[in-house]
Amino acid sequence: MLKERVIKIALILASTISILTTFGILFSILFEAISFFQLRSFWYFLTGTTWSPGVIGSQFGAVPIFAGTLMITFIAMAVALPVGLGSAIYMSEYATGRTRDYLKPVLEILAGIPTVVYGFFAAITVAPFVVKAADFFGLEATFNSALASGIVMGIMIIPVISSLSDDVIRAVPDSQRKASLGLGMTQGETIKNIVLPSALPGIISATLLGFSKAIGETMIVVMAAGLRPNLSFNPLEDMTTVTVRIVDALVGDQAFNSPETLSAFALGLALFVVTLFLNIISLMMIRKFKEKYKVNTL
Amino acid sequence: MIKRNNKHIDNPFYDPTLNGRHRKSKRFKAFTATSLIFSIAFLIFFLYDMISKGTPAFEQAYIKVDVTYNEESIENSRTAISSEYLGVVSRAWLREIPRHVEQNPSLMGQTISVWALADDQVDQYLKGHYYKLKRKDRALIDDLKAYGNVELKFNKIFFTNGDSKIPEFAGLNSAVIGSILTLIITMLFAFPIGVMTAIYLEEFADDNKFTQTIEVNINNLAAIPSILFGLLGLAIFINLFGLPRSSPLVGGLTLALMTLPIIIVSSRAALRAVPDSIRQAGYGLGLTKIEVTRDHVLPLAFPGILTGSIIGLAQAMGETAPLIIIGMIAFIPDAPSSVFHAATVMPAQLFTWSGMPERMYVEKTAAGIMVLLTILISLNSFAIYLRKKYEVKW
Repeated sequence: MLKERVIKIALILASTISILTTFGILFSILFEAISFFQLRSFWYFLTGTTWSPGVIGSQFGAVPIFAGTLMITFIAMAVALPVGLGSAIYMSEYATGRTRDYLKPVLEILAGIPTVVYGFFAAITVAPFVVKAADFFGLEATFNSALASGIVMGIMIIPVISSLSDDVIRAVPDSQRKASLGLGMTQGETIKNIVLPSALPGIISATLLGFSKAIGETMIVVMAAGLRPNLSFNPLEDMTTVTVRIVDALVGDQAFNSPETLSAFALGLALFVVTLFLNIISLMMIRKFKEKYKVNTL
Repeated sequence: MIKRNNKHIDNPFYDPTLNGRHRKSKRFKAFTATSLIFSIAFLIFFLYDMISKGTPAFEQAYIKVDVTYNEESIENSRTAISSEYLGVVSRAWLREIPRHVEQNPSLMGQTISVWALADDQVDQYLKGHYYKLKRKDRALIDDLKAYGNVELKFNKIFFTNGDSKIPEFAGLNSAVIGSILTLIITMLFAFPIGVMTAIYLEEFADDNKFTQTIEVNINNLAAIPSILFGLLGLAIFINLFGLPRSSPLVGGLTLALMTLPIIIVSSRAALRAVPDSIRQAGYGLGLTKIEVTRDHVLPLAFPGILTGSIIGLAQAMGETAPLIIIGMIAFIPDAPSSVFHAATVMPAQLFTWSGMPERMYVEKTAAGIMVLLTILISLNSFAIYLRKKYEVKW
């Protein structure tokens, strides 16, 4: 059966493409990042507070960029976590089957909107609104505020959190709810004290996934956040993120081997390491949940 | 208060905190409902905002002017119309005059009244937006309007033209063609590889270290930020293999690697849904494993595989970040004629327009978003329709 062997080998080769891709990403980023660190200090990259590419004596200290990324990510999570989790709880615990059938597609549409569209919306509608609102309270906001891009990014992440949380909350066995209600707990208490703690590994997994999505999100911040590395705690100021700086470094006209261009790969490496770490923990949490309830649909 | 408590004094099960607990429970329910309403309200507001910003772009201002076609006007198209109109007629349209004659030689030597494309500022003025028109040009437009010689007509240019630095002349055409070429490449690579991987993992592989590594990899691949795929495309396809920058080939390959996990995961789910009895029956009749998979399992799983692939395609179609990294935001006025030529795709075109200073591009971006969302929502609805139609309960 030579033909069978050939087909089987072809199938195995196809399967290895995913592994090759992962290693391709890792190595292509790693090698360029190493050549960056041969030009500039690795420690200054991690701990330096001045990022000034394109000038004489350019410096590459990424702390303000990491800080900006974290700031926007936290704003996004502050929007996405309560709204996403709340939606998931309503859909899985309160809504009737029919309402659910209508509501779920709505959240799916939210998930299907391209990020460039969210970015345009953030830049053209939300950012001016933030400026006006800040003005109303006597504050001053820039048109590239971290707040505007953070809010829109949060809305983008709602479906990420709600759909996975919805799955895990529904996977919690009904007997637990019935036992709790039978002992005289209200429905709200049952959800808060019984269902949510049981679903916690899954919810943490969803949150981490949302977190890694926010850190890696590019178009919204490229279009709505600033370019200026800014070490500040004021969300009304402009800030920049890792992904914005990667795009900025690579759309310019500099020679490929200049530290300006190669810095994109150093930032890419940081992004890869952080998101990979978050994804692995997220996968471990969901596996823990699966083992606990022996569900295999997630 | 004492009276109220007395009412329950004989009831040994009376819990004075019960009302409060029920109120708390209700508040919690209200909170969850509010968060869901927030998502829906956002979606409605967002769609309303895009439609109200984008709809005006489907109409564009035209001016009726006398155009003289002769040797001089072909040489210098600014002489084709009366000089007072020069400030209100589109420069790009004037440049097209020699082409009009080329297409229709009988025009030569004639002076005819034509609906000419208006300048973007005239268009914005007529639509009541912010405009920059000289006073005399504005007076001219008001004058022409009184005679019905200025009109908003359906904006065909938006669909037939490529990108342009002159806002009234810019259209989506070349981006649409670029998108189609890119997605063909994406599907050509992602679909067979994805389905083959799924078949291997679901039908052939034993549970060993190798398959576990593939599994973990697929999950990780799905969660890697899209911009890193752009860095991969740049480093491997462009710098290492030397494939042409900004081309649909590189863009399609990069998107294919991104789409792969979606296709694998959904294809596996579809294959898993085919009951084992079908496989057993095939083996019982003496078929080999490959024959059973090819002739029995795969046809039954196909609708599910197709659904997942369409969803993957829709996602690839909206992706921008990796394509920016590999240079697909170059200024491309003409549609690419092959997958090796520089091209742009729809989301990248929208990104370029959104960065333009002229007010008219805002309108065009929103209109482009309406087009893109219509395509994406139709694709997704089609996938849901397929799923519903071929849904089998075994």
